[in-house]
Amino acid sequence: MPQVFVILGSMVKLTNPLALIGRTFLHFLAMAGQFAIFMGKAVGHVFRPPFYFGQIGQQCLTIGYYSLPVIAMTALFAGMVLALQSYTGFSRFNAESAIANVVALSITRELGPVLAGLMVAGRIGASIAAELGTMRVTEQIDALTTLSTNPMKYLVVPRLLAGTLTMPLLVLVADVIGIMGGYVVSTVSFGFNAANYLHQTWDFLEPIDIISGLVKAAVFGFIVTLMGCYCGYHSKGGAAGVGNATTSAVVLSSIVILIANYILTGMFFSK
Amino acid sequence: MTTPPKIRLTNVTKSFGPKRVLNGVTLDVAKGESVVIIGGSGTGKSVMLKSILGILRPDGGQIEIDGENCVGLSGRARDAHDKKFGMLFQGGALFDSLPVWQNVSFKLLKSMRMPKKDAKDIALQKLAAVGLSADVAELYPAELSGGMQKRVALARAIAANPEIIFFDEPTTGLDPIMADVINDLIVKCVRELGATAMTITHDMASARKIADRIAMIYQGQIIWQGPRYEIDLTDNPYVDQFIHGRADGPIKMQVLKA
Repeated sequence: MPQVFVILGSMVKLTNPLALIGRTFLHFLAMAGQFAIFMGKAVGHVFRPPFYFGQIGQQCLTIGYYSLPVIAMTALFAGMVLALQSYTGFSRFNAESAIANVVALSITRELGPVLAGLMVAGRIGASIAAELGTMRVTEQIDALTTLSTNPMKYLVVPRLLAGTLTMPLLVLVADVIGIMGGYVVSTVSFGFNAANYLHQTWDFLEPIDIISGLVKAAVFGFIVTLMGCYCGYHSKGGAAGVGNATTSAVVLSSIVILIANYILTGMFFSK
Repeated sequence: MTTPPKIRLTNVTKSFGPKRVLNGVTLDVAKGESVVIIGGSGTGKSVMLKSILGILRPDGGQIEIDGENCVGLSGRARDAHDKKFGMLFQGGALFDSLPVWQNVSFKLLKSMRMPKKDAKDIALQKLAAVGLSADVAELYPAELSGGMQKRVALARAIAANPEIIFFDEPTTGLDPIMADVINDLIVKCVRELGATAMTITHDMASARKIADRIAMIYQGQIIWQGPRYEIDLTDNPYVDQFIHGRADGPIKMQVLKA
């Protein structure tokens, strides 16, 4: 008789929508906890020796320098399309003169950091997750431990540091190139006066516009590299596991970037 | 007072979810001894090694190295613990981003902070010890055959002259001749270092060659142990079935995953 109840119970468990919601929620909580512990550990290791400067330099190169072309292209076309859209929109009520301001503000405050963050999530987050994931499933991470090297310090910390430090630099470059994109379209296609356009951009921009963008960039860089490391570090089950880790790294970091962007914008600009 | 054994496991248990992988493992390994653990796939061999290394944390029981508890170490104590070990992983687990010589001397370079030149000299020496020439040193692991990768991994395991060396299925995936070459190398390296060795394998030829003592693990427990020669004399039905590789016997293979 008790067996019948067990079977009934498990049927209820399978079909009951509340149980499903509960299970998903508990699973989410467990993952959030694991993630928080991982983040705490990683940040703690940033400040404690030994430091692997060679690794940090190498990661700055891969994460920062090699992302330049992608970021530059993204920023260039973002700036160009902004000018194009603003022109067609603003000309309806003779506000074309605001184009320079719109381009400068949108690029420095929003599009620069967010687009760069998303591109880096695709480029770097995915590659970190795939690399660490493969190292996990081929026991290379365990091997590090047996070679007296803490994988957190050797693998995670350099990537975190490189992401957090180089992203602001990338975004600074993106700001310049994005504004240049808008400038080129406005002066070449719409016949704006070049000097006037630059003046307007320069006069209108406030330090906070650029600083807020750079702070966002650092936060996004941290998010992307941390997500990549977390997903890769905890991947299991061979090729499919590494594939899942890569997907989650990109999807999760993109979503968290967009949420963090809203929160940061609120902190900087809402009065 | 007698000296404590190099490695002592007492009632070690470890579960993953509902599955109990180690079910009270008790085993002593004396200093300088070479013990081979045999057992089928999924009987907890690798988990046991990883528990001793501190990669996994056992749920219960005690693990002692040189008479000192080593479960849940951290900081300096953990570093000192890690320094005693060398491990040869099943798949080699070489770092594919580094050339062979940096793989071999990884511990010397990254953990002991030895100058590059000295570390490379030692790497070449260790590579020679496993029968690899100096021109292999500059290659990357992906450019090597399976047997060569195993040898490089062996060189890496012995590079820092560890007191204890673990071998995780050292001959799996190799042809019989290369397997025997690796067996010879393991015996030679362990003897030269005077190290304590623990090997897990299901290759009986390898076990007979490497072992001073053999222990069999089944369902997370050591069910038999004895000197190498006794393995063919025992009437333990589990051991008998395993070493003769028979499908029929007391060990039922789990065809379906529990």
